[in-house]
Amino acid sequence: MSPELGHLAVIAALCLSFFQAVIPMVGSFVGHRSWMRLGHSLALGQFVFLGLAFVCLISVFIQDDFSVAYVANNSNTLLPLHYKVSAVWGAHEGSLLLWTLILAGWSGAIALFSGHMPQTFSARVLSILGFISLGFLLFLLFTSNPFERLLPVSPLEGRDLNPLLQDFGLIAHPPMLYMGYVGSSVPFAFAIAALIGGQFDSAWARWSRPWINTSWVFLTLGISLGSWWAYYELGWGGWWFWDPVENASFMPWLMSTALVHSVAATEKRGVFRSWTLLLAILSFSLSLLGAFLVRSGILTSVHSFANDPERGIFILWFLVIVVGASLLLFAIRSPQMANSTTHRGWSRETILLVNNVLLVTSTATIFIGTLYPLFSDVFQLGKISVGAPYFNFFFVPLMIILMLALGFAGFTRWGSTDVNLLLRRGLFPGLLSFFIALLVPALLTDSSSGSSYSFTAGITLFVSAWVLFMTIEDIYLKSRGSWINTKRFTGSYWGMVIAHIGLAACALGVGMSSSYDEQRDLRMMPGDAVKISDYEFRFGGVNRVDNANFVAFRGEVSVTDKTGMTINLFPEKRNYKAGGQVMTEAAIDASLARDLYVSLGEPLQGEAWAVRLQIKPLVRFIWLGSVLIGFGGLLAAFDKRYRRRKKVLDGQSNRGGLAFE
Amino acid sequence: MHPLRRQRLQIVILIIFAGACASALIIYALGQNANFFYTPTQIEEGQAPKGTFIRAGGMVVEGSVKRDDISLAVEFSVTDGAAILRVRHIGILPDLFAEGEAAIAAGRIDDNNILQATEVLAKHDEKYTPPEVADSMNATYQSRQEAKAELK
Repeated sequence: MSPELGHLAVIAALCLSFFQAVIPMVGSFVGHRSWMRLGHSLALGQFVFLGLAFVCLISVFIQDDFSVAYVANNSNTLLPLHYKVSAVWGAHEGSLLLWTLILAGWSGAIALFSGHMPQTFSARVLSILGFISLGFLLFLLFTSNPFERLLPVSPLEGRDLNPLLQDFGLIAHPPMLYMGYVGSSVPFAFAIAALIGGQFDSAWARWSRPWINTSWVFLTLGISLGSWWAYYELGWGGWWFWDPVENASFMPWLMSTALVHSVAATEKRGVFRSWTLLLAILSFSLSLLGAFLVRSGILTSVHSFANDPERGIFILWFLVIVVGASLLLFAIRSPQMANSTTHRGWSRETILLVNNVLLVTSTATIFIGTLYPLFSDVFQLGKISVGAPYFNFFFVPLMIILMLALGFAGFTRWGSTDVNLLLRRGLFPGLLSFFIALLVPALLTDSSSGSSYSFTAGITLFVSAWVLFMTIEDIYLKSRGSWINTKRFTGSYWGMVIAHIGLAACALGVGMSSSYDEQRDLRMMPGDAVKISDYEFRFGGVNRVDNANFVAFRGEVSVTDKTGMTINLFPEKRNYKAGGQVMTEAAIDASLARDLYVSLGEPLQGEAWAVRLQIKPLVRFIWLGSVLIGFGGLLAAFDKRYRRRKKVLDGQSNRGGLAFE
Repeated sequence: MHPLRRQRLQIVILIIFAGACASALIIYALGQNANFFYTPTQIEEGQAPKGTFIRAGGMVVEGSVKRDDISLAVEFSVTDGAAILRVRHIGILPDLFAEGEAAIAAGRIDDNNILQATEVLAKHDEKYTPPEVADSMNATYQSRQEAKAELK
C-alpha cells in the first residue's frame, strides 16, 4: 500500500468530517430525520478511512520506504519489526494520525451505542465531534502530513527511532494516553450538545456518565504507563518530574476526576448541573492546551517534538475558537439551569463539592506553575523554570485534605447526613490509622544510621490507612457483615470502593518511596562493594555485548541481602549504531516491597565506572494503585443500570432501587 | 439587607478572601521556586545573583571536561559564544552530555564565579537544542553581526 493511498484516505476522511460537522447539526434544527441519521454513517466512514490511512503508514514503515520523509526520520532497516510498527506513533506526524484515528474511533463508538439517546441529541454530539475531527485533520494535512515524500532524492537509510522510544512503553503509552486525551472530547461534545439543546437533567448525566468514566480510565492508565515508562526507561529511577508535558496530561486528568465525581451528583440528585458542564468543557480545553504545549515545542521538555511555530499557531487558534465558543455558549445558557434539589449541612453533595474544589484548586496551581515560564518569557521578565518544590508545595497538602475528606465518602447520604454519625464512624479507623502512623515509621527508624522518625511517612501512612479502613468499614456496614449481601452491591459502588483503595495504595507508594528512598552515586572499580541499608552491592565490571542495532556495555552488579540471597543485575550503557545515540538501560529487581535499581553512568579512568545504586521501597504501589483506580472506573462505567435501555427511554429517573445509592 | 442578598454577599466575600489567600501563596511559592536562566555573558557581567539557585547553560567547550581521579567530581566550561562559564558538579553526567553539545546546569554561583551545579541536563535527542541555549547563541551571533556592520 502506498503513501499516496494513505494521503487520499486522510483527504476523504476530512471531507466526511466536514459533512459530519454540518449535516446532522442542521438536521437537528430543521427536524430532518435522515440528515440526523447521516452523522452515524459519516462517523463510521471516517473511522474506516483513517484506519486505512493508518494501515498505509504502518506498511510504509514495514517496507522501509525512506522516500517518505517521516519514515526516513524515524525508522531504520536495523529496527526490529515491532518497533517499526510502533515508530508510526513515535513522532509528531504519525502520532497526530493516531490521534485523529482514535477520535474517529470514539465518534464511531458513539454512532454505534447511542440508540437509547434522543436522535437530535446524538446527532448534535456527533456533529461536534465531527467539528473537532475537522480541526485536527486540517492540522494534519496542512502542517504535519506523515505521507510527505522526499523526492527526487531519497535517502538509502533512515535516521532511526530515538532509542528511548524503542521500548514496550512506547508501544503502549501513547495509544492509551491518546484514548484518554481524545476521549475527553466526548464529554465535551455531550456538554455542548446539552447546552445547544437546553437539556441538562439527570437523563443527560446518565447518558454521558459511562463515556466520562471510560475516557477517564484511559487517561488514568495512560498517565501511569507513562510514569512507569519514565521510571525504567529513562534510567535514573524518577517516576514523576512535574515536567510541563506531564503536567499537560495531569491537568485534564485532575479536571476529569472532578467531572467523574460531579456528574455523579448531577445524575443522582440533579445538582451541580452547570458546574458539571463547565468541568467537561474545561477538561477538553486542557487536553487541547496539552496538545498545544507538546506540539508547538515552546516548552523545554523530554516530550517536546521538534520546534515548529506554524503548528503551535494552528493549535492555538483552534484552542481559542473551541474554548471561546464553548464558554460563550455556556455563559448564555447556564442561567437557565437551576438545581432541582437542595442539600444542607453535611451530605454527600458537600463531600463531592469539597472533592471538586480541591481538585480544581490543584489544577489551577499546576496551571499557573506550568504556564508562568511562558508568560515570563513572552513579557521579557526573564527565562525561568518552575521547580518541583513549587508543585509539591500545593499539591501534597491539597491531596492530604482530599484523602481525609474521601474517608467519609461512603458514609454520607444524599441530602443531609448527621455529623455525629460521621464522627462515630470515623473514630475507630482514625485511631487505628493514627496508631499505625506512629508505630511504623518509629520501627523503621534506624538510630545507628542516624535516621529519625519520618513525618512524611507518618502522614502518608495515616491518610492511606484512613482511606482503607473507612472504606472497609463502609463495606462491612453495608453488607451487614455478611458476604451474601455484597452480591447486591452495584458496579458503581464496587468501582468507587476499588478506585478509592487504589488511591490509598498509590499515595502509600508515593509517600513511602519518597521517604525511605536510598540513592548513591559512586565510582566503582571491578570488585568494589558497598553496603546500603540491608543490601550489599558488588560491582563485577563491564563487558561489551554486540546486538543487532546497538552495542551494549553490560555491567554486572550482584546484590546480597540480609539472608544471604544474591541477585545478579545487568545494567547496560547502549550505543545505537544508526543514530549514534547513547542510552542508559537500568537493571531493576522488582518486588512489591522494594525495587533494587542499578544504572551505569559513564566510564571513568581505567576500568572504573560511575554507578548509581538505589533502593526504592513500595514504589510498585504507585502503579498498582493506578491500575486499581482505572479498574474501579471501568466497573463504574459498565454498571448494569446504564444498559437498562427501556427504562431510560421512558425518561424515568432510575434510582437503581438499592439502599445506598 | 435581604437575607438572600446577604447570603450572596457572604459567599462573594468568602470567595474573594480565598482567592486573595491563594494568590498570595502562589506568588510566594513562585518567588521561592522560580529559577532564572542566565547566559555565561550575563554571569560574567555579574548580572546573576551569587548564592541563589539559578540555571545556566551553553555549548560545552571542547576539551574542557575534566574528571577527578578518585571521586565523581567533574568540571567543565560552557559558552554562549562570547563568554565562558566554569561549572563544577559531583555526580553522573547525562547520556547525551558531550563536548561541543548544549548543556544546562542548575546550581549556585560561588565567589570565584564558578557554578556549583547540583544538576546537569543535556539534550534528550540528537535533533534538539534547549531553546534557552539556542536563543543565547543566536543573540551572541546577532550582536557580532551588528558589530561587524558598524565597523564597516
